[in-house]
Amino acid sequence: MSLKIATRDAYGEALLELGKRRKDVVVLDADLSGSTKTGKFAKAFPERFYNIGISEQDMIGTASGLSLTGKLPFASTFAVFETGRAWEQIRQTVCYSNLNVKLVATHSGITVGEDGASHQATEDVALMRVLPNMTIIVPSDGNETRQVINAIADYYGPVYVRLGRVKVPMVMPDEYQFKIGKAFTFHTGSNVNIIAMGIMVSTALEAADILKDEGIDAGVINISTVKPLDTETLLNIAKACRLIVTAEEHSTIGGLGSAVCEFLSENHPIQICRIGIRDAFGCSGKPEELLKLYCLTADDIVRTIKEALT
Amino acid sequence: MRSVSGTIDINFLKEKARAIRIEVLKMLTEAGSGHTGGSLSAADIVTALYFYKMRHNPENPKWNERDRFILSKGHAAPLLYAALAMTGYFDISMLKTLRKMGSPLQGHPCSRTLLGVEISTGSLGQGLSVANGIAIGLKMDNLNSRVYCLLGDGEIQEGQVWEAAMTSAHYRLDNLCAIVDMNGLQIDGPVSHVKAIEPVAAKWNAFGWHVIDIDGHDMKTIIDTLDEAETVKEKPTVILARTVKGKGVSFFEGKVEYHGIAPTHEELERALKELGG
Repeated sequence: MSLKIATRDAYGEALLELGKRRKDVVVLDADLSGSTKTGKFAKAFPERFYNIGISEQDMIGTASGLSLTGKLPFASTFAVFETGRAWEQIRQTVCYSNLNVKLVATHSGITVGEDGASHQATEDVALMRVLPNMTIIVPSDGNETRQVINAIADYYGPVYVRLGRVKVPMVMPDEYQFKIGKAFTFHTGSNVNIIAMGIMVSTALEAADILKDEGIDAGVINISTVKPLDTETLLNIAKACRLIVTAEEHSTIGGLGSAVCEFLSENHPIQICRIGIRDAFGCSGKPEELLKLYCLTADDIVRTIKEALT
Repeated sequence: MRSVSGTIDINFLKEKARAIRIEVLKMLTEAGSGHTGGSLSAADIVTALYFYKMRHNPENPKWNERDRFILSKGHAAPLLYAALAMTGYFDISMLKTLRKMGSPLQGHPCSRTLLGVEISTGSLGQGLSVANGIAIGLKMDNLNSRVYCLLGDGEIQEGQVWEAAMTSAHYRLDNLCAIVDMNGLQIDGPVSHVKAIEPVAAKWNAFGWHVIDIDGHDMKTIIDTLDEAETVKEKPTVILARTVKGKGVSFFEGKVEYHGIAPTHEELERALKELGG
């Protein structure tokens, strides 16, 4: 877990490679191509890059139109603007018409850091989850991000990919192969299992290590596809343990924790604790400071599990 | 392809517009709800597009080289459905199913249920962005197809329309023609009272568009203008079509109440008499 890379950087590289391979790839951005890393594609393929300026709603509509001519549009900006500002455009034009538009947003969660709450999307997964036809993927590291970008290029339909700003450790094994809708189990715990998405996967692995030293066998599952959920894996895990903990750098309302609760409460009720942002806006600060402030560290997961098990 | 070559028979187009109005009124009455005023106001424009200007093939709705029509003012769905049925996209008897459960003819156009509808609309202000995307895609593929986008005048109160208007001009989308159905009324009253949009021509002009202001019911003017738009290079064209809401039925004309309600059976009978149907 020594190599660290931001998922947005992996996106920039993956998009560039995809652009070399597939001439139908078109990229749109809303004046943030330097930050979202679509700038790499723009530099290599200026004739297939469209900066729509600071107008996210228009960007989603333009991407939709391009998809109608058989292009494969990737539309990127910060997660809060992509899913919030342009939500109804995504609903009416992209999802209702079931268009092949890929929404890849960066700067999700509180690890945006110093910019503060206005730029920290903590509700984007919730906003996308309620839309029919939408697929939601939250990669955990750079390697997985690369695979996700290739996988969604080969899949028809609207997809939302949630990426981050800060560097995160490589957590997925070298032989890992991403598949849409398939969770990855690092290890199944006999007492407790942590189901995590995005940057919280590495945090969950760290927590499991701490718990192991204390004699608690905690499993870790990377559920990178939040919609559709890998219900088969979830059900198997729930049947084999007494506690499930969800971990997300997102609101506990409407995100991964909600999705897991919704499914299991109807299919195999079991105790579930949700680690996430508790109905609050973010704030300015260093990413690591904010993770502590919002109780999103390995220690927070450990404490939650120990309290629940006693 | 329905493009009329050689001499243009204006009377043929006027007759088609009359027939479209009759179908619109019949299907709205059968449905018992829907948007009468804005369907009738744009009837002449849509007739000119489907029966004269646009290259399209009802036998092959997804024909790559077709011209595209985006009904951004999606509530005029009955008008689009009538034009599609009368040009042969589906049997005209299907118009009776408008707004009924299980019908491909949804209250507002749905591209997943009905071939010929390019994109689902109904939430206002979104069509021009989609039209831009199509226009860009067509240019990338070196296709000469054109994109037509019909907006309402109340609709241009939506901010996204102006975001899109900037994009069209920035990317010099001369294969795009927007048409604003300037019937002057929106649900809550005259556009000028609800939130004034004038000077409309100056606004589009300032956004970098070629602007043509016309009588939206004069068929000869409409087709001449659509032809002119095709000759404009390096910039998009907008046609400001001055129309009358409810046009063609005296007791609907200029009546804001008929924005969102369907004719009664009695009103339909009187309307058909006026239209000679």
